[in-house]
Amino acid sequence: MGLFIAQILTGLANASALFMVASGLSLIFGVTRIVNFAHGSFYMLGAYVGYSFMQVLPGGFGFWASILLAGLVVGIIGIIVEMLVLRPVYKAPELFQLVATFGVILVIQDLTLLVWGADDFLGPRAPGLKGIIRIMGEPVPKYDLALIALTPFVAFALWWLITKTRTGILVRAATQDREMVGALGVNQAWLFTGVFFLGCALAGLGGAVQLPKGGADLLMDFNILSAIFVVVVIGGMGSLPGAYVAAVLISVLNVFGVNYLPQSTLALMFVVMVVVLIFRPFGLFGREEVAGEHGQVGEPERPIKPAGQTARMIVVVGLVLLGLLPLVGDSFILVLITDIAIFCLFAASLHFLLGLGGLVSFGHAAYFGGGAYAAALLVTYAGTPMELALILAPLAAGLTAIIFGWVCLRLTGVYFAMLTLAFAQLLWSLVFQWGDFTGGDDGLVDIWPSEWASGTTTFYYLALVLCIGGIILLRHTAHSPFGYALRGARDSARQAEATGINTKHVQWVAFGFAGAMAGIAGGLFVFSKGSIFPNELEIARSFDALIVVFLGGVKTLAGGVVGGAALEGAKDYITRFEYWRLLLGLLIIFVVILAPDGIAGTLRKWAERIGFIKREDQA
Amino acid sequence: MKRKTFLKSLVGAAAIAAVGLPALAEDTIKIGEINHYKRLAAFAGPYKLGIEMALEEVNAAGGVMGKPLEFIFRDDQGKPGEAVKIAEELMTREGAVMLTGTILSNVGLAISSLAAEKKYVYLASEPLADAITWSKGNDYTFRLRSSTYMQAAMLAEEAAKTDATRYATIAPNYAYGKDAVAAFKKALTKLKPEVEFVAEQWPALFKIDAGAEAQAIERAKPDAIYNVTFGGDLAKFVREGGTRGLFEGRNVYGLLSGEPEYMDPLGDEAPEGWIVTGYPWSEITEGSGKIFVDAYMAKYDDHPRIGSLVGYMTVQSIVAVLEKAGSTDSEAIRAAFADLPVSTPVGDIKFRSQDHQATMGAYVGTIALKDGKGTLENWVYKDGADYTLPDEEVMQLRGSGN
Repeated sequence: MGLFIAQILTGLANASALFMVASGLSLIFGVTRIVNFAHGSFYMLGAYVGYSFMQVLPGGFGFWASILLAGLVVGIIGIIVEMLVLRPVYKAPELFQLVATFGVILVIQDLTLLVWGADDFLGPRAPGLKGIIRIMGEPVPKYDLALIALTPFVAFALWWLITKTRTGILVRAATQDREMVGALGVNQAWLFTGVFFLGCALAGLGGAVQLPKGGADLLMDFNILSAIFVVVVIGGMGSLPGAYVAAVLISVLNVFGVNYLPQSTLALMFVVMVVVLIFRPFGLFGREEVAGEHGQVGEPERPIKPAGQTARMIVVVGLVLLGLLPLVGDSFILVLITDIAIFCLFAASLHFLLGLGGLVSFGHAAYFGGGAYAAALLVTYAGTPMELALILAPLAAGLTAIIFGWVCLRLTGVYFAMLTLAFAQLLWSLVFQWGDFTGGDDGLVDIWPSEWASGTTTFYYLALVLCIGGIILLRHTAHSPFGYALRGARDSARQAEATGINTKHVQWVAFGFAGAMAGIAGGLFVFSKGSIFPNELEIARSFDALIVVFLGGVKTLAGGVVGGAALEGAKDYITRFEYWRLLLGLLIIFVVILAPDGIAGTLRKWAERIGFIKREDQA
Repeated sequence: MKRKTFLKSLVGAAAIAAVGLPALAEDTIKIGEINHYKRLAAFAGPYKLGIEMALEEVNAAGGVMGKPLEFIFRDDQGKPGEAVKIAEELMTREGAVMLTGTILSNVGLAISSLAAEKKYVYLASEPLADAITWSKGNDYTFRLRSSTYMQAAMLAEEAAKTDATRYATIAPNYAYGKDAVAAFKKALTKLKPEVEFVAEQWPALFKIDAGAEAQAIERAKPDAIYNVTFGGDLAKFVREGGTRGLFEGRNVYGLLSGEPEYMDPLGDEAPEGWIVTGYPWSEITEGSGKIFVDAYMAKYDDHPRIGSLVGYMTVQSIVAVLEKAGSTDSEAIRAAFADLPVSTPVGDIKFRSQDHQATMGAYVGTIALKDGKGTLENWVYKDGADYTLPDEEVMQLRGSGN
């Protein structure tokens, strides 16, 4: 019994920081509809800033003052980020802002390294709370008890702010209908800034308050990211009580997982999320999302149409040039373009889902990595030749997508996105954990192309043919009746249903098709690298594709490909510099602000403005 | 559809940018060094400093085969796929004669596989996975740092000297952690068949829930604990375990826990009494080890980490192999690695011809506090050659990987 209580208390203490960070994320999402990927970075900043204050402010008073100051400072940094980076892009398509926040992550990572150096810091212990108290014979750290006591105060203060003050009324109104709030004369810009301050301050507090149980290091930002997203989703996006209940639920379950099922540490959280979302599609305390607010944000999307004569000519010339490249370029340029082509196909497959289907998948790496692993496993265990493995890889990836899609498509919007993420994470943890079969994180190695394709040039042609073929197939599908049905389902599910389209069915097929295309990319990837590791299934991989699609332009057909080529090309060059993350982050933010329609969309607009191409609706 | 043309021009621009990078025309011998300079800055940083110090010394003494030695440092973002691409670039465009680097085992394995396929020589400097020289070993890959098995076997030897029979293990839930636990179990059971393992904890890497882990280990009531966690996980485990009295009256064995990279951040909370592998730089008072520490501290005004030592020894090994080969041809370098002797700050080491593993050992000692900082006492340097598997077993492992 004593142990049981001690375990519950440990879970409750762990929930404390998690709740503070997650509630900030939830608040920001609720009001601004921004999925703030950079929230983990503000948590990390909170830890570093808090640590620095604790070095100069003495005693118990200094300790708690440092925590508050950390929250304040991080909140102010949040304001700066909001005003400089996010304000210019509020009018961009939905979710576009997450690209900007991704740039912020990179910038904060390098700036933190510059300011505080590479060494980890061990957090100072809380003065006066260093020891333990024995509860029924079990040791419980005093600081844990302090955290357990503190959290309800923070939660109560938030509750009071949201329900009892005028600001809170505005925040709640904006959560429900921000256009209406704007129409009633409330300055939305400052409301958003205020909420961003509060959200980031909470993240900073969370970072500082966990110092005595841990410390500050440069990997904290990504390490907490998935946990806080899970908490926010389980609780219901935008719900504060939900965030608290979910933080406690996850933390307590985790403690029992560690005690009774030690191998569960990777997957438990995501299993809980999947179970909750299947029974409560909007989280424990969430409400159904009003789809797309009132119509789409930003200008309406133009109808797509097949390429014109001149455009086709130019593409053909481009392809011929790529085909002739081995005659002039050295072998590394072929390796690089093979990489880029594979990534472009991966991005194009996500773009198909996201742009045409309106299905925001946060877990697309599952199908890229799934295809790669299918090929690698076939080669390793069945001695399958490359040719057959390349055919089976998209089948396996497509099948995976069909299975995952069947569950995920019951949900919509951000919940759909998070469920795809959860499934990708489950696949990742399966591969990671099942070391005997998949090699765990030591991966599968020595998977090289067949003899005839092993030369750099031959493999370059093979990759080019398959990738460009895949991209063209995706484009053709967009113009097929199926593509029209998919867009119909995206723009108005009700009207599409009324015309006899089974929207869920169409989306399901699209999900499987996009998965299969990502699988081709994955299969090629494994043969180009000769090895595969679980990091190709990681969240970071999914984000890579996501960023690229938004950066390229969701509302243009070429978005995925353009973004993929631009970002991979830029990365290859930029990573040669020491502070490449800073450069890349600034570049991404710069592009986001300068080209809110994505690279392809914005270039098209500029070209139209100077009369280089005609507007399509006038043509 | 014009927008697709932008793709082409972008690819073209990227290509031109990449081609247009100035090639270094100077006649030097170039080594391609790939590492996770950003992802694991705290580890790769000191490693790079060690390399740079050695390069300065080598080139001041006339370089190798009459030419200056040059390292091309590249960041792989910690991704195996990136590392493979960069390796190709270094070998085919930058004119590197061989590859070295990496800390993460998976990146090391990816480069190792590429090395075998393309016949590039790769000296895996820091990755620890046994697979690199054993189950996935190949003709073109060599490893400098003592492997997971070697270091775990050293600790198992210490553990076998005590009366403890009930062991709990805690290791990060990934390949290195699993290897490290398996190696310790194997080595300890061989020395002392009656031991039993009463708890095995597997926290997710860098996401440890230290309070819960401490409770779980306490619940099993072990006589001794074997720890493989490191970095932030180690700090949290030490603090929660210490606060809750988990380590009282128990022997704790920590793999790598005594390396400055991991022990320095703990400050005065370094867990006294833990028996660990590490690097007691401040306690080395004589010989080539002392000369290295002094030179390093004079140059950088900071103390060396284990990474600095490995970086320095990497350059020494490369200089030795190039001089023995007398050529920069891959086959010649590969052949020269066989039983190659190298004089280093830890003494003379040799690259075993059986499995391409260097005999670099490790320092084993007990953590003690000195001036508010962790250090090792009663330490000894154990030669890696004494802590490997018998040759037949090694051959069997290497055979199965190919």
